[in-house]
Amino acid sequence: MHLKQQIYLDNAATTPCDPRVVEAMLPYFTEKFGNAGSRNHRFGWDAEDAIELAREQAASVIGANAKEVIFTSGSTESNNLAIKGAAEMYARAPKGQTGRGHIVTVAHEHKAVIDPVRRLMREGFDATFIAPPADGVITADHVREAMRPDTILVSVMWANNELGTINEVPQIGRLCHEREAIFHTDATQWVGKMPTAVETDCIDLLSWSGHKIYGPKGVGALYVRRRKPRVRLESLVDGGGQERGMRSGTQNVTGIVGFGKACEIGLAEMDKDRAHLQPLRDRLERELTSRLEVCQVNGHPTKRLPNISNISFGFVEGESLMMGVRDIACSSGSACTSASLEPSYVLKSLGIGDDLAHSSLRLSFGRWTTTADVDTAIELIDRAVKHLRSMSPLFDLHKEGVDLSKIVWQSH
Amino acid sequence: MAYSEKVVDHYEKPRNVGSFGTSKEVAARKDIGVGIVGAPECGDVMQLQIRVSDAGVIEDAKFKCFGCGSAIASSSLATEWIKGKKVDEALTIRNTQIVEELSLPPVKIHCSVLAEDSIRSAIEDWKRKSGKSAESAAAQSTTATAAAH
Repeated sequence: MHLKQQIYLDNAATTPCDPRVVEAMLPYFTEKFGNAGSRNHRFGWDAEDAIELAREQAASVIGANAKEVIFTSGSTESNNLAIKGAAEMYARAPKGQTGRGHIVTVAHEHKAVIDPVRRLMREGFDATFIAPPADGVITADHVREAMRPDTILVSVMWANNELGTINEVPQIGRLCHEREAIFHTDATQWVGKMPTAVETDCIDLLSWSGHKIYGPKGVGALYVRRRKPRVRLESLVDGGGQERGMRSGTQNVTGIVGFGKACEIGLAEMDKDRAHLQPLRDRLERELTSRLEVCQVNGHPTKRLPNISNISFGFVEGESLMMGVRDIACSSGSACTSASLEPSYVLKSLGIGDDLAHSSLRLSFGRWTTTADVDTAIELIDRAVKHLRSMSPLFDLHKEGVDLSKIVWQSH
Repeated sequence: MAYSEKVVDHYEKPRNVGSFGTSKEVAARKDIGVGIVGAPECGDVMQLQIRVSDAGVIEDAKFKCFGCGSAIASSSLATEWIKGKKVDEALTIRNTQIVEELSLPPVKIHCSVLAEDSIRSAIEDWKRKSGKSAESAAAQSTTATAAAH
């Protein structure tokens, strides 16, 4: 069976643009092409009006005030601005010294959080990377244990991009407010799909991106709390002073318009989307785990997003599995294609063995995924796993009752 | 990354998949050599079994592989190439020939190395078991065979 077109089950990587988003953007390429910084003609005013509407739409989906939304190029930039900007602003000692302050984050964060924190460690800050529990869910207790009297910043993602697991963000936010530490959350997989209220969820800084919520790539936002407490950031990009001086540079008007529209649709259709997605995810997981032995769903069974499944299939290697399911576009925890040959650090951080981490697929569903797509995926995965197990020396050993963890392998 | 047509062909129609029995049965056979190389945590394990005549000709070969498409193709190709060859001829097969035949990209060269190692390992095992090796005792310690604790 070869399908004409691949079935797209990689919506956690990126989503197609909603046609309504594209439609909203189009006039801003050609007719309304002004620079929002042009204050003395219609072209500039139109662009500014469009950006301010988008700011309202973006604020609504997270329950913020429009003045608290800073447009960026996406979550990576938002994370960098939040983490480096807050660390520099709230540092306890000047540049060039050690002991500038302590940062708490988690080992299974996205690289766009981990790497900025690592850079700050080279620049005189201390950091603790919380080791997640086996179910992947970070609680306020984990953060409390990691915090120190000199903790200035805590960064914990809302939902994990590989597993879909949901961390206890409101509780962590409350803890940070009690301890007077700034709380940042990378909510890239969360916002637009799940209800968000930055005020009651006690969030100071929140990153999200357009292209994960059926908006365009290259645009995102950072929420920066304005009161109780008023959060200040050291800017990373200096220049014309756009975005309250926190992010200089001519605004990406077209992208921002699309981002705003995507946020508006995400908020309006959130319940409908969730009611569509969860049955698809449950169907896939139920079928595969019942058809195949040694097949486990990674991450907490219920504290997970409705649209991400991360499944390990014992005794088959992830990349060969992807090859067997070429008609499905998805991701693997195996990093066989990368130079490092290291499997997913996210799965490893949960204590999932290298062998099962190599054997995992991430399947993520979207607004236009159909039941027929999922049924095709189930058939293709089932067939590919069985084909690969028929060739797998590890599956033979398993059937002979050999405990693979007790074997001494002569690795290279 | 796109796979070459030959890799896809071996992946979909692997040649000589299988084994000559359970690991215990195979261990008891003097005419069979087994090579197991790689490790699950590296994402590649190749198992090559060869059945060798008294005259030292590889009469049959079977493989099993846990690994990416290129690893499966490399081991499948290795069985095709060694069948009918004398063991000394089989030992002249180099990983670079596998790379060339399958058009493997640089990140997949390790797959071809594993295939070459599995040939050596299986032949060493056969030599040791069949008493054909002068250094049979020494070979035992270097044979990359998986052994249960």
